[in-house]
Amino acid sequence: MSLISVKDLTVSRGGMPVLEGLSFAVSAGEVLVLRGPNGSGKTTLLRTLAGLQPPYAGEVISEPESVAYAAHADGLKATLSVAENLGFWAGVYGGHDIEPAILHFNLDALRDRPAGNLSAGQKRRLGLARLMVTGRPIWVLDEPTVSLDAASVALFASAVKAHVAAGGAAVIATHIDLGFEETVFDVTPFKARMDVVRDDFDEAFL
Amino acid sequence: MAINWNAFWEWANPRKFMRWTDRALPVISVLAAVIFVGGLVWGFFFTPDDYRQGATVKIFYIHVPSAMMAINIWAMMLVASLVWIVRRHHVSALAAKSAAAIGMTMTLIALITGAVWGKPMWGTYWEWDPRLTSFLILLLFYIGYMALWEAIDNPDTAADLTSVLCLVGSVFALLSRYAVLFWNQGLHQGASLSLDAEENVADVYWYPALVAIAGFILLFVSLVLLRTRTEIRARRLHALEMRERVKDA
Amino acid sequence: MIRLLWRDITLAFRSGGGFGLGLGFFLILVTLVPFGVGPNGEMLSAIAPGILWVGALLACLLSLDRIFALDFEDGSLDLLATAPIPLEGVVAMKALAHWITTGLPLVIAAPALGFLLHLDSAAYRWLIVTLLIGTPALSFIGSFGAALTVGLKRGGLLMSLLVLPLYIPTLIFGAEVVRRGAGGFLVATPLAMQAGITLGAIALLPFAAAAAIRVALR
Repeated sequence: MSLISVKDLTVSRGGMPVLEGLSFAVSAGEVLVLRGPNGSGKTTLLRTLAGLQPPYAGEVISEPESVAYAAHADGLKATLSVAENLGFWAGVYGGHDIEPAILHFNLDALRDRPAGNLSAGQKRRLGLARLMVTGRPIWVLDEPTVSLDAASVALFASAVKAHVAAGGAAVIATHIDLGFEETVFDVTPFKARMDVVRDDFDEAFL
Repeated sequence: MAINWNAFWEWANPRKFMRWTDRALPVISVLAAVIFVGGLVWGFFFTPDDYRQGATVKIFYIHVPSAMMAINIWAMMLVASLVWIVRRHHVSALAAKSAAAIGMTMTLIALITGAVWGKPMWGTYWEWDPRLTSFLILLLFYIGYMALWEAIDNPDTAADLTSVLCLVGSVFALLSRYAVLFWNQGLHQGASLSLDAEENVADVYWYPALVAIAGFILLFVSLVLLRTRTEIRARRLHALEMRERVKDA
Repeated sequence: MIRLLWRDITLAFRSGGGFGLGLGFFLILVTLVPFGVGPNGEMLSAIAPGILWVGALLACLLSLDRIFALDFEDGSLDLLATAPIPLEGVVAMKALAHWITTGLPLVIAAPALGFLLHLDSAAYRWLIVTLLIGTPALSFIGSFGAALTVGLKRGGLLMSLLVLPLYIPTLIFGAEVVRRGAGGFLVATPLAMQAGITLGAIALLPFAAAAAIRVALR
């Protein structure tokens, strides 16, 4: 039984399809790593998986409200402390305990510091700790290791491992080797072809 | 009578739209020019001067039709926005966009001719009369709507957001209309400034006015078709540019 | 949802963005008017209801563009859109937080500023009542305008252009009630109309605003 799957999915950016004919499924305990050059549409695909934008064609099948999404921006407020930031998101997602997340990402000493005073890597750790308090089974992550040092990458990898071991799943766009058993999915062959005419809108103008 | 609605919507397909307007537009334009000029010439030169207002009454033939169009064009934009939201016909959204500038111009014409007429009639260019004020507010709504179209790069996003603005704006425009009526009565009686055409105007003035109104409507139709064609071409350019960019990436 | 409300209020207090700024702006505006129109007490007293209402409206507008723009920039809006709270609820809570941090202080400060403008003593009551009823509409209408312009680079100015015409009915009825109150006339009709607009705005505009945000995030 897969947690999230896509069938014949086409995703679009600015009205133009960028990736087409995607089909894959991610089951509990599985990590899917997306690969592909910059601008190939990985972010667009992840936003579609998270439900932030509708598929251009095809479908995304998952339980409603099962996806936790993390992108380049961490959604942190500079004037709130680490614990307040995390507590807010925990509250929004149904009141999960923030302690395990704080401890796992080594944020205990920073707990009362305003998020605005953190370094880029520390902010990133806090942003990833947010995933642990959402309580959602599917993590959809866009370049999660940006500005993390080696030790923090290891922390992140172990968090993902623990998550999937507990029956979760993750879809991650990343270029570095995180050192766990993963299925690699290269999006390059699915680049939308431009020579076919679709009977859809912008195409209708061509 | 059963109407084949699918065939009806076919007309809104961009390619088909370009094809039929290509043939229809010259006819409509010529017709519009003839009736527009005919109505105005009839009104200007072949009607007697009013015993009270003299020749100034003739601005009526521009003022009333433009004022009617100013309101009707907004209504047309509202319908076009709804069609876009419900059926997502791109031509519909582009037609609403094309109509806005015409509607704003009509509102401006109505306001300016009203001011010019108002000077000899009421001794002032501007009065905060409910009707005048409502048109000023309508002008603000047109400006806001057009500004939102200009500000958004992605054409689909722009179409969505301007449609929502048009819906909400319509409600508030109506509210403003009644609020303004209320507001002015609260200050002083403004009824002496009203000019209800059906009541005040004799047939000899009314027939040329009808022709002028028909002329304005046809003028609007031909302009909106022309502008929509331009928008479709611009959209085609945009689509081609996007395709190139995706190809290069 | 309460947590969202608390967060927004806390943020407004800590960054000093909405709370102090709107009030200060209101004060400056009211101070400037006598310089413009002259110190004649009768004249000031006649225009006081309008000035106070226009001032409150502009002060409200000042902090509106931050309602969604900050959350959009730091990615919070993406996360809120995927959260278990309906986006309509997010909009309503953020508008409510805006009202508590901007509208409510204006209501409280308005009588003091009315004093500066020689507002008729019979009108104070109605000034407070109309502002209390009317400013929520300003926040909710404003949140709709902010939602329309959320992803735009120069959204602030455009938002003012979109929102101000929508404020006209609220302004008309609000100032009318105060003017009538000052003259000792009946105020029930405009007051009811204003309350109607506010309730309608609270009930319906979050849906329009949420739709706009979904489009902007796409």
